[in-house]
Amino acid sequence: MSGSEYILEARDLQKRFGAVVAAEDINIKVKLGDNLSLIGANGAGKTTFMNMVTGYLKPDSGQIMFDGKDVTKLNPRQLTQRGVCRSFQIPQLYEPMTALENLMVSIGASGQKFSLFRPAKDADTIERAHDILKRFVLDDYADRPVSELPGGVRKLLDIAMAIVRRPKVLLLDEPTSGVSVDEKFPLMETVMEALSAEEVTIIFVEHDMEIVTRYSDRVLAFYQGQVIADDDPDEVLSDEAVQKYVTGTAKDKKQEEGAGA
Amino acid sequence: MHVSTKNTYLAAVVAAVALVIIGFLMPDWLLFTATKAIGYGLVSLGIITLMRGGLVSFGQGLVYCIGAYASGLLATRAGITDAPVLLLVGLVASGIVGLIVSPLIARYRGIFFAMLTVALSMVLYGVLVKINEIGGSDGFTLPEPTYFGWQPSVEIADLALYMTAVVAAVVAATASRLYFDSMAGMISLAVRENELRVEYLGSSVFNVTVRNFTIAAALGGLGGTLNGLALGHIDPLFSFWTTSGEFVFIAVLSGHISVSAVFVSSMILELVRSFSNRYFPETWQLILGVFLIVVIIYLPGGIGSVWERLKERRNRSATAGDKAGNKAAEKKGTGS
Repeated sequence: MSGSEYILEARDLQKRFGAVVAAEDINIKVKLGDNLSLIGANGAGKTTFMNMVTGYLKPDSGQIMFDGKDVTKLNPRQLTQRGVCRSFQIPQLYEPMTALENLMVSIGASGQKFSLFRPAKDADTIERAHDILKRFVLDDYADRPVSELPGGVRKLLDIAMAIVRRPKVLLLDEPTSGVSVDEKFPLMETVMEALSAEEVTIIFVEHDMEIVTRYSDRVLAFYQGQVIADDDPDEVLSDEAVQKYVTGTAKDKKQEEGAGA
Repeated sequence: MHVSTKNTYLAAVVAAVALVIIGFLMPDWLLFTATKAIGYGLVSLGIITLMRGGLVSFGQGLVYCIGAYASGLLATRAGITDAPVLLLVGLVASGIVGLIVSPLIARYRGIFFAMLTVALSMVLYGVLVKINEIGGSDGFTLPEPTYFGWQPSVEIADLALYMTAVVAAVVAATASRLYFDSMAGMISLAVRENELRVEYLGSSVFNVTVRNFTIAAALGGLGGTLNGLALGHIDPLFSFWTTSGEFVFIAVLSGHISVSAVFVSSMILELVRSFSNRYFPETWQLILGVFLIVVIIYLPGGIGSVWERLKERRNRSATAGDKAGNKAAEKKGTGS
């Protein structure tokens, strides 16, 4: 299946917005089935990286390889068709439609049930949409317009729509942002459970370090457009630079000295 | 056959039968008005197709005019006066133009797309005015249409054209309804809501726009041909921006939900125009404007949204009836 040992590779990615360095010498190799989290303060370059991988932004230089092929110049649609799908920090849903209809659009857009004159709402498409909703424990919301759905449900629906194509790489942009503390873990559990049967690489941006520790087996820490740490969660979170620039958990030396005296 | 497809065909047959019967009861002036309204309605149905994909064309006069000129020239130069053939020629000619033009403008959005369509229609207007071989600014007159070789007498000419218009409208409306209800139609609505997400789901917004514009162009050509035959005369004003404005007016009045509402709106416009022209010749645009304001304020979804509201109310009362029935049955069961 794979043309390369790695499903996704970023090679020397550079991206600037005027004087702001959004990505500098980004080199990442990801294997199929890896669960990666991207951490970093706002403006560190996580979303820029995600946008470059999904074709929304083109790097100034460098290469993005997917399944052994150069996909740097492809647009979001072409990348989606090849198996790189994403969800969004602010769920991108079709507001006047119901949750079921949103899923049906996703099924139709994937080309699985496309037709010019056959009704969209045929039994097969509805059944497939219901199956996906069930996987994400959203079946109770099937017939409700998405504009009426609570935040956590909208997040799940956004992710559900992204997996219709059975992607090889799924990028989740802050899947738990805007969700209450109590809902964060159940939401991630639902996502991981729904994806457990898929052979998919999950890359997610996250600010909650507990989520990062529990649901990723590798963490990339971003700071000023650079990856300053790339390892398993425990190693990365105990890294001095990460504690200083990302998590803010580094102990102040003067404070330590003061406490020792 | 899917139940919604069956319902669409059933509605089409009922509408066709009703319109044919009404046709026999209408006076000649109303037959002419109704035929013209169907012609306008067909063009506006094209705008509705575009609106469902998030775009509005202010220049449908372009395809309206091309359809009329293509069929008109065929009638006057080649002597082909068969109305069904001319309608088909108008539809195909404008459809081809739509297919050629749409890739050039499909990347534009909002006001830029709308103004580009106006620009194209005005270019055509300017060109036609200068070509004296086909009548210049005066245009040219069409011969009376025939129907599979049959030439109706003057007394029933309007009725024959009206019947032809009904067939064209029913076929176009049925095809449009099926398209709107299909997966392609659903994705078109998704484009209207969120283009970026459609691309991120792997579907092409560009292709949706090209498809919608081509359909709209074909419908425009059909409407142009029909109105050319109804008026018996074609001139470059078919492509003028004010003509295009009337199509947008009808589309706004009807909204993008219902297919039949387009024709109802078009008929309303024609009737208001006819009566106002007669009784308030200087102020009929004022009446039309006030009417549009009232619709926008009280029916922001257009006249077609009334259909939807009635349907929702019926569904709600049916659901409430079911619930009440279930409760009564439960009570009875508990009591016994």
